[in-house]
Amino acid sequence: MSAAQSTMPPTMPPIMQGGGPALAPQPAIDLDSRLRDDHVHGSLYSDPAVFAAELEKIWYRTWVYVGHESEVPQPDDFVMKSIGPQPVIMTRDRAGKVHLLLNRCPHRGNQVCMTPKGNARTFTCPFHKWTFANDGKLTAFAFPDGYEGQDMGALGLGRVPRVESYRGFVFGSLAAEGPSLAAHLGGAAQTLDRVCDASPEGEVDLTAGFLQHRVKANWKFVLENETDGYHPAFVHASIFNVAESGIGALYGPRSTALTRDFGNGHTELDLRPEFRRLDKPMGWFGTTAERLPDYTARMEAAYGPERARRIMVDGVPHVMIFPNLFIAEIQVFVLQARAVDDTVQHVTALQYKGAPDLNRRLRQQTMGSVGPAGFLLADDSEMYERTHRGVQSLQPEWLFLGRGRHRERLDEDGHMVAHATDEVPSRGIWRHWRSLMEAA
Amino acid sequence: MPAAAQVAVAARTCPSGGVDPALQRRLEAFIHHEARLQDEHDYAAWEELWTDDAIYWVPANADDIDPEREMSIIYDNRSRIGVRVRQLLSGKRFTQEPASRLRHLVTNIEIDTVTPGAGGTVEYAIGCNVLVFESNTRGETLWGARTEYRLRDSGGDLRMVRKKVALVNLDRPLFTLSFLI
Repeated sequence: MSAAQSTMPPTMPPIMQGGGPALAPQPAIDLDSRLRDDHVHGSLYSDPAVFAAELEKIWYRTWVYVGHESEVPQPDDFVMKSIGPQPVIMTRDRAGKVHLLLNRCPHRGNQVCMTPKGNARTFTCPFHKWTFANDGKLTAFAFPDGYEGQDMGALGLGRVPRVESYRGFVFGSLAAEGPSLAAHLGGAAQTLDRVCDASPEGEVDLTAGFLQHRVKANWKFVLENETDGYHPAFVHASIFNVAESGIGALYGPRSTALTRDFGNGHTELDLRPEFRRLDKPMGWFGTTAERLPDYTARMEAAYGPERARRIMVDGVPHVMIFPNLFIAEIQVFVLQARAVDDTVQHVTALQYKGAPDLNRRLRQQTMGSVGPAGFLLADDSEMYERTHRGVQSLQPEWLFLGRGRHRERLDEDGHMVAHATDEVPSRGIWRHWRSLMEAA
Repeated sequence: MPAAAQVAVAARTCPSGGVDPALQRRLEAFIHHEARLQDEHDYAAWEELWTDDAIYWVPANADDIDPEREMSIIYDNRSRIGVRVRQLLSGKRFTQEPASRLRHLVTNIEIDTVTPGAGGTVEYAIGCNVLVFESNTRGETLWGARTEYRLRDSGGDLRMVRKKVALVNLDRPLFTLSFLI
């Protein structure tokens, strides 16, 4: 064992204890000089040292959304996912348990899985034919007489030590200890319940395949924009006008919709006040219950007419689960921070068990609006890239996130809310970001 | 053998012939014309090239996905092609304001089949390789693709019934693709 390894502090996260990518110890980032009141210093988006610290303090520590159980429906199914820059293999073992494994052979570091998805009981490293079960355990060496007396239990694949799932959404934490997923989600968990409520069977299916949209911009521009209700009227005016969409009005100055900060960095654009004012089932989706007769019948059978009507009036949430799961009414985005200026938005249509007629429309709408050529997301992504370049201009150094400070208030659940166009979400995100970055 | 294949005339371009050189030149000229309209952002003229039953398809993840079941980067019917063009013409499609500078290079054009269509029309299935060099405010991006056309000839009037652009890197994260590919 080298001197460097033997002096590793015992508090290192397991990814490093397992011999994973050794991050250089990060010098403390001086946050007092870069975060004040409603101002954020531009360098917090563009400084590579800040990104390196974020990997250690956020991406490789807190709960990060990885994948959905419907992506590995059968025993021995697997799918390649990620936590920030780290490739992660999500597997379901023979007994049905979901594992998150790191794609690195413990022998000489070769990648063991090169297939985006499939069904496999074992993964064999092609370099020297070490073989691993889909729960990560080493099951066989090639030419085993060379390893006489070796403890095979010490040579499994690296793993994400904590894996928890909520309503089929699988999260992983690379820290061996920390708050539970339930504590992390807090009040935002009810938004995932509301997503599942839109299925007559209470379950979503993320099986339509992902688009991968890359931007040359910091991940936090994407994170903050997801619940920024100030930009749609401007950035998306072209498609709202061309498609004669009523969505723009939801984000107008007279909108009754709300921005909400659930705490722990989770934020929401709550459009229910507008949809309730409209009071039309499926109005949130720009259609009517009459045009989706099968779906409506199944919803009424599942929930009873009254509750089904309420679900179909309220629509599906627009919620950003910190740091990387964004649900936007009809689709799911997974944000992947790969470098300080390299972010990938993985996006797919929400699909609901027991709702084929709705699902078809959800896929069509998703393909039109998001991904590299999307009517909406191509313009958002243009803003991310321009903003990333913009904050590197020397003056005025600070971003101002004070919109709506004078009219924010606590809702009945104690969550901060304000007007649809106010910057409550950004302020909540930065407050949580700071607490994570300052944690020991 | 399926009925459609029986009526199709196998016509893959090859050294031993099989395609009338005048037809080959005419179809190539159409494809070059379409590429120039895209390069020069002549959106209205480009939209005129499509038939009413057109499909413009840029698959994601694999060449052979089922676009009715799985996500594609673009899967536009004629109506949505119109929306795409009107958004580009709005002056507020910010990702194309300023517009990308573009050059399509189209090569290896092969006519695969010549098929009689309805009402005395003829349809041509054509494959080609495409490289697009894009320069915009982000930087320079090279896009490579296998493009398949289905062109309909109605009494001398050629239009696109279907265009499938299978990007070489369709299974990787892609930068914004907001020009007409």
